[in-house]
Amino acid sequence: MSDLLRFEDWSDPVPPAEREVISRLPGGDRLSEGDRERPPLLFVSGHGAWVFAEHWLGHAAGRGFPAYAVTPRPGGDPRAQVHDVVQVAASLPRQAVLVGHGAGGRVVARALGRYPARAAVLVAPALDGWAALGAALRSNPAGTVPALLGGRPRFSARQLFGPEFPAEQAAAHVERIGVRPRAELFGRTSLPEPAGGPPTLVVGTPDDRVVSRPALDRAAARYGGAPLLFPGMGHLLMLETDWAEPIDAILDWLDKELPH
Amino acid sequence: MQDSPDLGDRGDAVCVVGAGASGLTAIKNLRELGFAVDCYERETSVGGAWNWRHDRSPVYAGAHVISSRPLTEFPDFPMPDTWPDYPHHSRILEYLERYAKHFGLGEHIWYGMEVAGIVPVDDGRWDVTIRSTGGGTSRVQRYAAVVIANGHNWSPVTPEIPGEFAGQVIHANAYKDPSRLRGRKVLVVGGGNTGCDIAVEAAQHATRVWHSTRRGYWHSPKYIGDRPADQVHHRRLPSMLRQWRYRRTAADLTRWGVPAPEQAPNESNPVVNGLLPHYLAHGRIEAVPDVARYDGAAVELADGRRIEPELVITATGYRPRFDFLAPELLDCDEHGRPDLHLHAFARRHPTLAVVGLVQPSAGVFPLAHWQSVAVARWLRLRITDPERAAAVQQKESTRPLTSWSRRKAVPTRRYWFEVDHVDYLRALESLLNEMAAA
Repeated sequence: MSDLLRFEDWSDPVPPAEREVISRLPGGDRLSEGDRERPPLLFVSGHGAWVFAEHWLGHAAGRGFPAYAVTPRPGGDPRAQVHDVVQVAASLPRQAVLVGHGAGGRVVARALGRYPARAAVLVAPALDGWAALGAALRSNPAGTVPALLGGRPRFSARQLFGPEFPAEQAAAHVERIGVRPRAELFGRTSLPEPAGGPPTLVVGTPDDRVVSRPALDRAAARYGGAPLLFPGMGHLLMLETDWAEPIDAILDWLDKELPH
Repeated sequence: MQDSPDLGDRGDAVCVVGAGASGLTAIKNLRELGFAVDCYERETSVGGAWNWRHDRSPVYAGAHVISSRPLTEFPDFPMPDTWPDYPHHSRILEYLERYAKHFGLGEHIWYGMEVAGIVPVDDGRWDVTIRSTGGGTSRVQRYAAVVIANGHNWSPVTPEIPGEFAGQVIHANAYKDPSRLRGRKVLVVGGGNTGCDIAVEAAQHATRVWHSTRRGYWHSPKYIGDRPADQVHHRRLPSMLRQWRYRRTAADLTRWGVPAPEQAPNESNPVVNGLLPHYLAHGRIEAVPDVARYDGAAVELADGRRIEPELVITATGYRPRFDFLAPELLDCDEHGRPDLHLHAFARRHPTLAVVGLVQPSAGVFPLAHWQSVAVARWLRLRITDPERAAAVQQKESTRPLTSWSRRKAVPTRRYWFEVDHVDYLRALESLLNEMAAA
């Protein structure tokens, strides 16, 4: 695919759509001068912006990062979802760090080809659709088989959360994951070279039942590193009881990579 | 008058001349590849030609872009998708200001500073003389490379018309809004995009409008049905088919007395104005031939006819100017036309490049972006792998001119930098691939 010749975008641009953007800014809604130094973070998950709003956005803002989460248009094809992420990123006052989770990791990986992010973080990214499909079939065959037939996958609490996580809460979260990744997201097209070569971190957990350990290793190798691992957690790290550990590690990494 | 006899040596830093659209994307893309950049801008803000506050800005109140958003925006920083298909010039300025802020380009720009001289020194390095725009002292800084992005739409070309004219004559760059047309008889000279825009505004406000054109152009509407015409023309098709489709929708206006186009529709950038045929057809614009001479209150036309306008607006274009360096550095001919590889790379000076000096069939920003990506990668490759750089240079010297340039049909200034959007990007892409190949 050509980077320069974008016939599809030229002749058939993605139409505008409502996009849900949730933000938590340092020091309330008003940025003070000092906080401008840190780049804005834009979180993207296949499950919607709310999964970040629970803990991570506020925590990042508390550490001085303007934090945003976008829900790409529901039911949009991958091209439209990438468009939504790039549109929101370009609308932020400063060059943004893109953080993608799960199927949102794949959207971010594609958006990186279109937008020169300040840095990128892929959290339990489902980059390789086939591997994710295989893992899902092993841990939740009943919910996954319909995806093979062109339907949407259904998740189970056991699949998404670590063993320690309270079952009642897990059930509530699974209920809330209304927008499930579409079957298209389980595709396997090649990912673009990230524009501007941003520093990229892959974060995950060896106990993830959606994105396996080898898939994490491959994702990290793709971006030239090793994954940062948090054992004992499930796929939805940002909702787990120990949600603070991975986000603190991500913010520490950003502070180190992007000195201000 | 130097502040100090010492040269300020900026090491590997690159000097960018101008902070308009092309200069901004040059700064961004050079920074992205790790270069330190000093950009000098004579005005006190970014935006170049698109900043109507600048005295040299050619924009007028009613100016909208003539290529639609997807073909106008920088490829890695889209305009908001809620904006109109053809944004107003004030939005383009807003977009450029946001681009500069988003990527933190401001801290690399020196405002109110003018580049007065660029002189090659040893090893492909350059001594750049800078002085403040208001005059005063100057200083010299040494750079590893220079990227010129000073624009080519600010030095007006005024036609030499013999005789004295009793009425008022202005160049289009002094035309700002229709108030000066109201209730007057107006002659607009020049059939390019600006000339046609002003003729249309005159049709809406003046009492009588003559539109004098020497050459014919193909005219493209802004819309075909409900789709922006350039989007229809940029479907993925073999270039023959794309041109055939274009020919089907472009109009020549000979029916209304406008000269016939001298070149094929794909050989020159089109005039994009859906309203010109409309007002010609309504008789609000009268097409007239070239102006022969002024005679008091009258203007004599090439066919001997005499008309009596009160205001003449010459929309006869701009010339590129590089007053700050010796013309041979850019291989300029006697008319001042630089001869650059891909309209960007100085042929005999590998560390000198020009960005944005193209007249494409769609927007300039995407081409300026990819040009500056290519320049940045080229400068980087020269440092990291001189052998490969030499091989790339060797290969590039064999690239046929016709593969990226369209300047053949009409040898006038308007066509000096004519390129086809798709063909030109193809050429740039193959250059980028050559530099990327391990």
